[in-house]
Amino acid sequence: MAQKHRMPIESGCPDGFQYMHPTMVRNFGQWKYHTHPRPGVLCHVAESGDEVWTVRVGTQRILDVFTLRKLCDLGDRYADGHVRFTIRSNIEYMVDRQEKVDPLIEALEAEGFVVGGTQNTVAFISHTQGWLHCDIPGTDASGVVKAMMDELIDEFRNAEMPNRVHITTSCCQINCGGQGDIAINIQHTKPPKINHDLVANICERPSVVARCPVAAIRPAMVNGKPSLEVDEKKCICCGACYPPCTPMQINDPEHSKLAIWVGGNHSNARSKPSFQKLVAAGIPNNPPRWPEATAVVKNILRAYKEDARDWERINDWIDRIGWPRFFELTELPFTKFHIDNWRGSRKSLNASAHLRF
Amino acid sequence: MNAMKKHDTPMLDQLEQGPWPSFISGIKRLRDDHEEGRINAMANDLLGQLEHSYETRRGYWKGGTVSVYGYGGGIIPRFSEVGDQYPKSREFHTLRVQPPAGNHYTTDILRKLADSWEKWGSGLVTFHGQTGNIMFIGADTENTQHFFDEINDYGFDLGGAGPCVRTAQSCVGAARCEQSCCNEHAIHRSLVNNFVDDVHRPALPYKFKFKVSGCPNDCMNSIERADFAVIGTWRDDMKVDQAEVKAYIERKGRKYLIDNVITRCPTNALSLADDDSLEVDNRNCVRCMHCLNVMPKCLSPGDEKGVSILIGGKRTLKIGDLFGTVIVPFMRLETKEDYARIVEIAEETIDFFAENALEHERTGEMIERIGLVNFLEGIGLEPDPNMIAHPRESSYVRTDDWDEEAAKWFDRRQTAAKTKDASPKGEKASDQSAA
Repeated sequence: MAQKHRMPIESGCPDGFQYMHPTMVRNFGQWKYHTHPRPGVLCHVAESGDEVWTVRVGTQRILDVFTLRKLCDLGDRYADGHVRFTIRSNIEYMVDRQEKVDPLIEALEAEGFVVGGTQNTVAFISHTQGWLHCDIPGTDASGVVKAMMDELIDEFRNAEMPNRVHITTSCCQINCGGQGDIAINIQHTKPPKINHDLVANICERPSVVARCPVAAIRPAMVNGKPSLEVDEKKCICCGACYPPCTPMQINDPEHSKLAIWVGGNHSNARSKPSFQKLVAAGIPNNPPRWPEATAVVKNILRAYKEDARDWERINDWIDRIGWPRFFELTELPFTKFHIDNWRGSRKSLNASAHLRF
Repeated sequence: MNAMKKHDTPMLDQLEQGPWPSFISGIKRLRDDHEEGRINAMANDLLGQLEHSYETRRGYWKGGTVSVYGYGGGIIPRFSEVGDQYPKSREFHTLRVQPPAGNHYTTDILRKLADSWEKWGSGLVTFHGQTGNIMFIGADTENTQHFFDEINDYGFDLGGAGPCVRTAQSCVGAARCEQSCCNEHAIHRSLVNNFVDDVHRPALPYKFKFKVSGCPNDCMNSIERADFAVIGTWRDDMKVDQAEVKAYIERKGRKYLIDNVITRCPTNALSLADDDSLEVDNRNCVRCMHCLNVMPKCLSPGDEKGVSILIGGKRTLKIGDLFGTVIVPFMRLETKEDYARIVEIAEETIDFFAENALEHERTGEMIERIGLVNFLEGIGLEPDPNMIAHPRESSYVRTDDWDEEAAKWFDRRQTAAKTKDASPKGEKASDQSAA
């Protein structure tokens, strides 16, 4: 039955103060310093002398309402009923007194949640939607992350890295997971397979042509129907044509591989922000637990943990030791694919006699 | 629910092993333990389709067009390509909902959202997606409207999806962090809520993202991910508590301080005096934050706080990764006029972007194509040496109007010096304020 539609209230982004912990409201903009009493716990001290204790907790990120309510129950029983979420989807409980911290941690851990992820830990892996919900994914996201966090859980719980390690995953080369100290991303290795019967009906052909970074796509008549063809010698298999034109299937159960990138760092601390660099590719996309990808990540973490100095992020560490040493320490193969040939790539070459042996 | 046949999920079951909390166990709880049959069946077919993806290594969702009445975006439509096999999760749309600035919640409001969501949706939710939205994952087309109506009534609104202004993000900032140099909360809401129309009705060349970080640690990754990055900073001298410095040396040792603080300063602006006091060359401090991060009890940002604005960060497609570029090295954000000015800069930027970018071109790519100077002239900002890493290396440029442009520079310097003289007493006038 047709009903009168309700007009939306265009309220936009809600005011956070109504949900904020009262100690944080009271001391807004008046914080003096913080300490890191143990992994997963931060203590912030205000000019007024007030303290707010934060307990950071890793979860499965894709929360069912039972888990969400359990997190709320714990927040009511052991904390002050105010929480927030970090950019990496950890939940944080804020309490106003130190005495509340240990019972809260005990209760959270008893329910299977993981306290950690602060300072020089391996933080929770930020990830994308994958097979669970994305329309163009080459792999799953939640599954890769679950399998990897099972193996990295001690590094999340214990702050033993030289500096913080942010890991990200992405299920296609659009890289919604973003920059990370280590990034595990899909890397396609074969051009799209085109279903020519569907292109004319589904795809806006000129905009698909325009999406290609290397101008490898051109209009063509195939079997008497308007379609698109790909110059496979030019194609870089990036998958940019697939979202606007799903008959150009880029995902391949065998040839869509995983690649690993390192040294992406958003912070301005010490060096300017940096983008991640390719270090390994051709890693099988191997559900349900992706052991090969986890092994490479653990190996990079091992080398970093052994060799980096305090406060060096992965990019700082490699800046100091150089790329030849990085490949030596991680025992990863260095190939022609590591040498960039995209625009601006000359800036990535060594134009000096600074060499390491 | 009695007659439901549960799909076998041998591969997904392996993701219930291991110590990290399992999202598969969560979906199974919805399938097995929820009192509502609709949710049991939806979770069952979702698991079935996901298992099918794991077996075949392919995704089976396609997009479409779904929105709520009055809006053109905010929903990620998902229709199953294998819906005949998994009919109960055939329509599985995500609602992108804007979180409160700073991602603060009470347990009460989370419970209220959970109640609404299980009434209309799958019961699966993520805090938050990569752009910063609450992702309510899994509602059919009809219930999408009901769920939105319900949460919209108690203060939540949809975020952006498609070529539009997207949901913004801001760090915890002044609510808890001593490094905060601005009111991230107010900046976040002033900016994005000025553009609600552009959030809800996608009509831009491509997406446009605001992110706000309270200091150059840039916890929101704004330089790498936002078209419009706002970063808190300060212009006067950083504060040093020399007694705390001495206490730090007492605790950690002089060598630790030298190796981890003094020698790590990217511009050699720190030195340790013979009496263990810390000397700071503030004119050459670039506000990288390293020393403040290592010694938060000893060192703090100065008093003359404000923000920098960087434009054009984005990820890979189409032309490659781009960082944001400085377009405003420093502006104060204290008065209503200051806030009106930052909103005006955002409006100028989005107007210019809307008029000049190609379809599916991000702001950074547009600037790469037309050059920063054309963009600055388009939005009415003057060039500043803080915008560049170094001046041009190529001689391929016409410099006919050199004298006029040089005169403009000296005029701007003079005006800046006058403004500085006129500034209130007691305010620290540092050399950098002239730039």
